[in-house]
Parts: sequence; structure tokens; C-alpha cells
Amino acid sequence: MAGEIDISGFVGAETRVFTQSAKQPGQESNPEASLILNPEFRYKKDSHQFSFIPFYRLDSRDHERSHFDIREAYWLYAADDWEFLAGLNKIFWGVTESRHLVDIINQTDAVEDLDGEDKLGQPMLSVTKYNDWGQLDFYALPGFRERTFPGSDGRFRGPLVIDTDNARYESSQDEKHVDFAARYSHYFGDWDVGLSHFYGTVREPRLVLNGPGTKLEPHYDIINQTGTDIQYTKDAWLWKFEGIVREGQGETFAAATGGFEYTFYQVFDSAADIGALTEYHYDGRHADAAPSGFDNDVFAGVRLALNDIQDTAVLAGFSIDPDASETFYNLEAERRIGDNYEIEFRARFFTGADPGESSFPLEKDDYIQIRFARYF
Amino acid sequence: MTRQFPKLLSIVALTVLLAVPAFAETPEEKGFAIAARSDRSDRGFGDSTVDMKMVLHNAHGQETSRTLKTKTLEIPDEELGDKSVVVFDSPADISGTALLSHAHILDPDDQWLYLPALKRVKRISSVNKSGPFVGSEFAFEDFTALELGKYSYKYVKEEPCGDMNCDVIERTPKYEHSGYSKQMSWIDQKVHQVRKVEFYDRRGDLLKVLGLKDYQEYDGGIWRSHTFHMENKQTGKSTDLIYSNYKFKNGFDENDFEKGVLKRAR
Repeated sequence: MAGEIDISGFVGAETRVFTQSAKQPGQESNPEASLILNPEFRYKKDSHQFSFIPFYRLDSRDHERSHFDIREAYWLYAADDWEFLAGLNKIFWGVTESRHLVDIINQTDAVEDLDGEDKLGQPMLSVTKYNDWGQLDFYALPGFRERTFPGSDGRFRGPLVIDTDNARYESSQDEKHVDFAARYSHYFGDWDVGLSHFYGTVREPRLVLNGPGTKLEPHYDIINQTGTDIQYTKDAWLWKFEGIVREGQGETFAAATGGFEYTFYQVFDSAADIGALTEYHYDGRHADAAPSGFDNDVFAGVRLALNDIQDTAVLAGFSIDPDASETFYNLEAERRIGDNYEIEFRARFFTGADPGESSFPLEKDDYIQIRFARYF
Repeated sequence: MTRQFPKLLSIVALTVLLAVPAFAETPEEKGFAIAARSDRSDRGFGDSTVDMKMVLHNAHGQETSRTLKTKTLEIPDEELGDKSVVVFDSPADISGTALLSHAHILDPDDQWLYLPALKRVKRISSVNKSGPFVGSEFAFEDFTALELGKYSYKYVKEEPCGDMNCDVIERTPKYEHSGYSKQMSWIDQKVHQVRKVEFYDRRGDLLKVLGLKDYQEYDGGIWRSHTFHMENKQTGKSTDLIYSNYKFKNGFDENDFEKGVLKRAR
């Protein structure tokens, strides 16, 4: 493709149907419809690569969910054993499935989905060096991206709206603080190992009641966070661990996620694979840090891949907190239609939460979502 | 007395050595020698890139296709496996998805999958040798188990194949988790390339037949088939692989086959 612009990406239509009336004042109860544009432009010549991926969602209900972002807009120079990148980009770190603890470079685009896997484009200068003994990445991150939160019309919020217009920063430079990160990653036989450090503006804010007590203000502290992610791959087993220590957001705390995935290949003499996943979450953060629903939780799930021409795949799971009564159920399924279309299904249910438990504000936000996308 | 024994032994040994090439080459040795000559005809290709179109036919004659690019790095040591990256171009929803493999001979291969939507590199289990590759009639092992040391061999017979003569070699996977009890391969006597392979399932029944056509010779006596036709004899489905645009000696090294480069592989 050298010398010509490669265009890909998708346009999608999506609807969410909530099975119960809204809990919080101001929220609407009728189904939500969205239009999503996600074109991708790439250009490659010799050792240079350019990428441009704008993103736009138009939402029928929540003005905070209707938003525009530039997911990628970078220039990459790739030499034999090193790379330099300048621009907006997305970086993923980590190995576990039900929580992405170590992954910190990009801000979560929290109005997109509850799974934390949608990210805002992060301005960066990065250098990668490949060595016999592993890969080193260094990042300078000028320009902080605030987390997106649902607006007053939107679901998935507590009684008080998060006032994204009044974010507060620990740094006197506010969102202009330049953050830094570094990562080492490599594999040793069956072990894949990552070690990372981040210094700068925390991605998940503390939520602080404003003066009149009508809204919550996001407060972004300066933190140091060291993380590690480890995967051991043996036969059909994947053993996974992620852990962090964060200093600077209230009292220093540690958090970890660990578990396994075991896959039964070609079950019942068919082409299908079934995987069983379990992950345990521990989070030692104190009340003075950002809220987290993962203090002591177990996730268990089943993954089905039919390995058919349409790449049909299903993931079903639930999360429980042994010390609480709440349970979160999640079902995700997708299938290609023809060569260029894809249908995607999501169902998420919050049950049994008592007042004070983390999913209690969401107890009426059970929903079913269908997305139909045209890829090009 | 004790002095004479080694002398006697060496006479016996010499007799045996002289006799072996003429009379006592076992079918196993002959099979291995023919397979090794075929495998080694590929030596020195260095590295390659190629475009592939995969056309999947179901039993009702409907077809669907996908396109991908493959980069391969030859690891000259026969005790080690080659390294490769496969990047999908279509169908559009999986465009940019990439699979990195570091092949081993008898140990499981190391494999990483790159998922472009999340920009995530995942180490994956490689025990799924017999699973279908992207819904096709090719199993993962049909692509990854191409190393000489992955099989034991046995010469079966000689017979015409097209306008050439072929040696028929039975090969049995030595690696774990194969879906095959054995394979029969037809290797021509002229340029020593594989022309046909029959795959037998774990029960010993004929499962698939692979035909390799449109061989072309590149610099250095490197031969490549440009049309693979795999037919599943049990389901009636088939898959064609059509290769084009082979390029050799691109100057790749091991840094081009690290998991970190998958993000820019497309």
C-alpha cells in the first residue's frame, strides 16, 4: 500500500433498550439510539507511517455521550531496532480480561461503554527500543484528557451528576502537566512479562461534592504508579496477573487482578472452542482515592468461539463480591454478516445491590444493546 | 586376545557400513532423505513477503474470501523454527489483525495475536494445532508444522504425478496435539517439491487432500507453489489459497518478528 492512503474503519447504528424505568431524576427511560462514525486513514512510505482516526458518536439522549474525539493522529518513524512516534495514539498494557488495571496511558472514554476498553486519543512523544533482552518504551505525555462521564440525561450515574466543566487539578499547571511513563516488556519461554511506571495526572479522578452540594467535581491528583503484568502460557492454560501500587491519591495502596483462562478446543467434534475464565480482583484503596467497584470481587465467565466463516463469538460472565449481595451479569456476542457487516449484541444486568454497594446507583440500568456496523 | 577384538569389530563395522547404502537403507531412512532433500531445497531463501487470497467454498458452492499478507524469516538452524507474521486485510472487520509465530520443532510454538480495535497484543495458546484457521479447511498446523523435524518419515512407493514421477512418503507428526494420525505426501523427483498431501484424521480415515500447483522458481533455486487447493473429503468443503507477489531478501531480521511490531504490521 506504499504511496497511497489506506481507508478503513466503520459506521455503525446502535440502540440500547433499558429494561427498567430510570432511577435517577433527570434520566430518560425510553430507548437510546446512536450513530457512530469511525473512519481510519493510514499512509505508509518507507520507514514512515501516518495514522488518522477521528471518532464521532451522535446520541439521541445524552448530550455528554454525543461526542467527537481523535483516537489517532500520529507520525511514526520505524528504524530497525527503534521507533519514534509523535501525535495522538492509543497504547494498551496488560493481560487480564475483566479489569484493565495496569493500562494507564489513555483516558477511558467512559460514556462509550462500561468495560473501560474505549479510550480517548492521548497526545504523546514516544520512543521504543527493541533489544535482545526486551522492549523498552518511553512516553512523554503533554496534554491531559479528562474522563468523559454521563450527563444529566444519561444512565449509569448516581443521583448527582459529575460536573466535567469544573475539573480540579493537584498540579498548578492543571491539564497542561506533562506526564511521563516507561515500560519494559519481554517474554521468557512461556512467560510474558511487563513492568511499567507512570508519573503524572491520575486517569481516574476522585469525585468531590461541590460547594452547594448539587454536583460532583472530578479531582485529578498527581500520582506515581508502578505496575506489572505477567502471563504464563502452558498448553491450553493462560495464567494472568496484573498488579499496581499507586502513590499520591490519598494513602498509598496496591491493587491486583489474577486468574486463568482454559480453553477446550474443538468441543464435541465440532470446530468450536469453549474457554473458561476466572479472575479475582483485590483493591486496597482507601475512601480518599477514586471509587472502584473491584475491592474484593470474583469474575467468572465462558467464552465460545464457533470458528465459523462468520467468526461468531460469545462471552458470558458474572462478577460477584463475596462480602456484598450485588451481582453483575454480562453477555457479549458478535457475528459477521456477509463480508462487510457485523452485528454485535450486549446485555448487562445489575442485581441484588444493597444501598451503599457500588452498583446500587445502577440497579435500574439493566440494558440490552444491539449494534449494526458496516466496515469498509 | 584382547588386542584382536577391536580389529575384528572394525572389520565387521566396515562391512556393515559398506552394505548399508546398497542394501539396507530402511524405508524410514529413505523417506527422511527424500523429505530432507525437499525441505533443504528451500534453504537460503532468507526472508519473504507474499500476498494471499483465501477462498472458502462451502458444500453448496457458495464462496467467501479473505486477503492477508505473510512475512517470514528463515532461521537457518534446523533445530529452530522459522518466524512469521500474518496480517489480515479483509474481511474489513478484522483488517489489521495479526498473528506472530515463533515456530519450534517439538515444543509448542510461541504465538501472539494482535487485536487492532483494542491495540492489544495477546499471547495465545498454540496447542490448538488442529483447529480451523479463520473458518477455512486449513488447520493451524497446516501452516505452522512445515519444519522437517516435526515428523517421522517412511518411504512408501514411487508413482507418476501429472507429467512427473513422485516419491510417496508417509509422515507422522511427532509434535503433540496434532489432529492427524498420518499424512501421505507426494514429492516430485525432478525439483523435489511437494505436489500433493493426504491428511488422515485421528481415527485413521482420510480427512483432507491438498493439491499444490503453479510452482515457480525464484532466485537461488527457491520454489514456491502459488495455488493450494484443500478439499475436505468428509464435509465437501474446500479452501483455495492463491499466492501472489512473492518478494525475497527483504533484509528482515529478528527485530521485525517481535510482538511489539505487530501494531505497525499492517
